[in-house]
Amino acid sequence: MKLCRSIFATLALLGACLVAVCWDGGARAASVPEECDVPQSLVESDTDLPRATSEIKERRRLDISVIGTGSSALSGPDGVRFAYPARLNEALKARLPGADIAVTTHVQPRATTATMVEGLGKILTDDKPVLVIWQAGTADALSGIEPEEFRSSLDDGVATIQAAGADVILMNMQYSPRTESMLDVSAYADVMRVVAQQRGTVLFDRLAIMHYWNDAGAFDLYAATKKYDMARRVHECIGWALASQIINAAHLDAVRMQTTR
Amino acid sequence: METPTPAKSVNMSVMPTFAKQLLATPVLAEAPPLGSGHPAVAAERDLRLDLFRGLALWLIFLDHIPQNIMNWFTIRNYGFSDATEIFIFISGYTAAFVYGRAMRERGIIVASARVLRRAWQIYVAHIFLFTIFMAEIAYVAATFDNPLYAEEMNILDFLKSPDITIFQALLLKFKPVNMDVLPLYIVLLLLFPPMLWLLLWQPAFALAGSALLYVLAWNFDWNLPAYPNGVWFFNPFAWQLLFVFGAWCALGGAQRLSGVLRSPIVLGTAIAYLVFAFVITLTWYNEALARFVPGWLSDWMYPIDKTNLDVLRFAHFLALAAVTVRFVPRDWPGLKSPLFRPAILCGQHSLEIFCLGVFLAFAGQFIISEWSGGPLLQTGISLIGILIMIATASLISWYKYIEGRSPNARVKSPNADLAGGEA
Repeated sequence: MKLCRSIFATLALLGACLVAVCWDGGARAASVPEECDVPQSLVESDTDLPRATSEIKERRRLDISVIGTGSSALSGPDGVRFAYPARLNEALKARLPGADIAVTTHVQPRATTATMVEGLGKILTDDKPVLVIWQAGTADALSGIEPEEFRSSLDDGVATIQAAGADVILMNMQYSPRTESMLDVSAYADVMRVVAQQRGTVLFDRLAIMHYWNDAGAFDLYAATKKYDMARRVHECIGWALASQIINAAHLDAVRMQTTR
Repeated sequence: METPTPAKSVNMSVMPTFAKQLLATPVLAEAPPLGSGHPAVAAERDLRLDLFRGLALWLIFLDHIPQNIMNWFTIRNYGFSDATEIFIFISGYTAAFVYGRAMRERGIIVASARVLRRAWQIYVAHIFLFTIFMAEIAYVAATFDNPLYAEEMNILDFLKSPDITIFQALLLKFKPVNMDVLPLYIVLLLLFPPMLWLLLWQPAFALAGSALLYVLAWNFDWNLPAYPNGVWFFNPFAWQLLFVFGAWCALGGAQRLSGVLRSPIVLGTAIAYLVFAFVITLTWYNEALARFVPGWLSDWMYPIDKTNLDVLRFAHFLALAAVTVRFVPRDWPGLKSPLFRPAILCGQHSLEIFCLGVFLAFAGQFIISEWSGGPLLQTGISLIGILIMIATASLISWYKYIEGRSPNARVKSPNADLAGGEA
């Protein structure tokens, strides 16, 4: 009898687990929009985000500062709510239930990296972020800053953030096929890859991810439109992809399991 | 002046008449063998120069269409140096050959005047390309809009102040993407007369001077200013080394080097370096492999600076050249085969074909954008572009041929045009 009961209990437990897993998987698939799919390799990283990991594990919170130029914002009605920093906030909340996520955004349109570095100190003391997402490169390419100068500014900036004890994710340019023949961003993208590698920070390869979406037909990035729908959907997907990269690099998948069970 | 001789060994029996006519146009004589110290002795043209310059022009065209799948076939993905090095080296070589002889025969003044006239032609060609570029930009600005790219569209800001932009373009300070090579070439030619004189008088001294300038430019960050910011993408003070080295080779340097080039040690070193560069380039495209590059090596090696002609790039070009010269001798029969003729024809009209290539790259990129083109369209555009380059080169050859043959042909002095491979 005792044996029967224990077998039954075990089976029930297994069944419950199975349901939980299926339910969880279903919930997750429903929350990530299908068009946002990216190959795992594009959001994986060899580098960790140790501060973010410990902060989530110990205090169940994550303070993120996003620093960037024009492409970190969206114009139009309610632009802030639809731009990727806000979408990232939502995506992280959905994927790390129970964690307290705060994303603060500092957009300086057209600011070169050298200019942004000047304002870093204030942002770091005001926000006290655990993780800084630094979107850079486009403004420097636009104003023809020398790649070497860009490299040293970026390197200084990353060092400053790391010295303040925060993790860093560098985000490179948007893939913009229409302006490609006029604005060559490849040298700046290379610089960002090198700096990320040398400083041991994560690189969020927005260029490659958007390129993938365009090639896979998720978005037609060549399209000319005055409407905001596509821009909003792209930002939504960038938010989700960024959340995936943070969760991968900070090894938070395990944490998520603990919080949901 | 010399009468151009048709290529004799080309098998024409199976070709259509027009193609026969095109192929019968001159493979121009009179260029010396690589390494001949006596350009005055008329010899058959070294077709290798034309062949590799033609190939370089194709590669530059392919590389100038961003995100083109055909880019994977260009040499920049397999080593440090790319088609630009080949182009500048061969340009230096032919410039020294053509104007060196003029300087010997007609004196400094006449030769210098011809070099400057050539620089002027290139300047005009550059401004012509700039006009086409402006037309494309203006079209994009007028028709393309997408809130997603509000930031990127700031690149069109210069349209708001055309007065400054056009003036800066005329001064060669404002140079749109992919329009950096011709300004470099212009500056190199402007500085060339005294350098050529020095090369003829004291070749070793001239080469040493060029190397010194290269080192000083690296040490003191010398470069020309650009508009609105920064410096020239191709630093003339650094890239002159390759141009002068080409010129030095043309004026007897290659012959002096031929002993060195035959040594198996040099060949082995060159091949080893090419393999090393190839392996390193692989790591740029494969993150997993990048882990195997030791930290000290990447610290020492990166960045591999194209603007200032990094020593690693220069060495890579030298290794490539050493291996090429070894395995493709001057009298290699393949050079006369119809297979290589298209590239040779393009190489013989390099200025025209270069400009055409820049234009075709604009146009191709434009079509790919308009049609949201995938790999198939990209491949098609690339092939059609190269075919147009070949057809145009054939037409120019044919035109020069009939002009030269007609009884009313102007009697020209042996200038750059007649030498076929424009300097």
